[in-house]
Amino acid sequence: MLDKNQIAQRIARELQDGYYVNLGIGIPTLVANYIPEGVDVVLQSENGLLGMGPFPFEGEQNPDLINAGKQTITVVPGSAFFDSAISFAMIRSEKVDLTVLGAMEVSDNGDIANWKIPGKLVKGMGGAMDLVASAKNIIVAMQHTNKEGESKLLKKCTLPITGLGCVKKVVTELGVFDITEDGFKLMERAPGVSVEEIQQKTEGRLTIVENVQEMTLAN
Amino acid sequence: MDKRIANADEAVKDIHNGMTVMLGGFGLCGIPENCITALVKSGVKGLTCISNNAGVDDFGIGLMLQQRQVKKMISSYVGENAEFERQLMSGELEVELIPQGTLATRCWMGGAGIPAFYTPAGVGTEVAEGKEQRNFHGKEYLMEQWLRADFSIVKAWKGDTHGNLIYKETARNFNPMMAMAGKITIAEVEELLPAGALDPNQIHTPGIFVHRIFQGKNYEKRIEQITVRKKGQ
Repeated sequence: MLDKNQIAQRIARELQDGYYVNLGIGIPTLVANYIPEGVDVVLQSENGLLGMGPFPFEGEQNPDLINAGKQTITVVPGSAFFDSAISFAMIRSEKVDLTVLGAMEVSDNGDIANWKIPGKLVKGMGGAMDLVASAKNIIVAMQHTNKEGESKLLKKCTLPITGLGCVKKVVTELGVFDITEDGFKLMERAPGVSVEEIQQKTEGRLTIVENVQEMTLAN
Repeated sequence: MDKRIANADEAVKDIHNGMTVMLGGFGLCGIPENCITALVKSGVKGLTCISNNAGVDDFGIGLMLQQRQVKKMISSYVGENAEFERQLMSGELEVELIPQGTLATRCWMGGAGIPAFYTPAGVGTEVAEGKEQRNFHGKEYLMEQWLRADFSIVKAWKGDTHGNLIYKETARNFNPMMAMAGKITIAEVEELLPAGALDPNQIHTPGIFVHRIFQGKNYEKRIEQITVRKKGQ
């Protein structure tokens, strides 16, 4: 089974040289810690920055320099600042190559729900609806089941939708799943996780290729 | 073309009950702190506030919420604010949630004189309810309309007496498009300079969009989430 950092580490392998990448709040933010050597990517933060760097050193935080999660950050050489309209222009026009975000539910046809739980406080969608409506490649980082142990990989989302048919890949603590015409296609099992456990915890349509490999994570 | 005024109190003195006000900023970054304080002091009520966020309990727009000055918030994300939550749940406060890119573009369109546009954000969701949907080049889009305000209040790093503005780092965010969309736009700046002191090549908001400008004071610039690493990491 993967921990949060290992989920991020596995997703980082999907990054390709030359990619512009938008990382959402939570596990997706951790992906930045595992960018493979020799892979040159530029991180976009939708509040108005290309070229997001690591957190600042203690005492060097700058209140005018934050990411979309409102955390203090730094910039890398070659970065650019811009306004929110330009930021979403680059998102809508598919200039951002990969978006990684969290989800409450994903359906086996790639619908995603991650902004609202009816009856509870609604905090808002932020930039998530814009991102999922336009991104050409969306990877979701999420836990496979909720606190009650119920599957979050579903036939149909039960929560209000953020976007339809947009998710391409899901990485959970149990494995890597591509969204295909045959539903969730198990591509890799997490170390120590059986196909049976994945079947039991996946409510949506699940396709399993023969001899599905166990994931190896380099240290 | 001298647009200088004395201070924040004078800038907001004709913002009346029931008006629509845009406020720049993302979280607490790049918010017009001085004008928010002046609005709280003025006691104006029943405002519709258009702002990406609603501040935190004791800072930013949260200060106006505490005084029940806001009738309606138009935002993309409104977490981190217990008083906001209480007023929303009790029905004292209306909220309209808009995808962030749609919010930015609606303000920009308001400032650009374009009444509507089409965006894919929100297709198939609650956001699409009641909106015209059209297919262009095989993809579905929603029609969204411009946003305009009686007053827009923005915060910039540097400005000149003509109202030309330069923002700093990610404190730019919603400020430039909101500056365009106000019938009257107020700019508060950290440093107000004479005309000619700013390089015209570097201006972000041309002065034509700005009606009043003053140099703010005592900027607190509160940080919502201080995230740091130790030296050597």
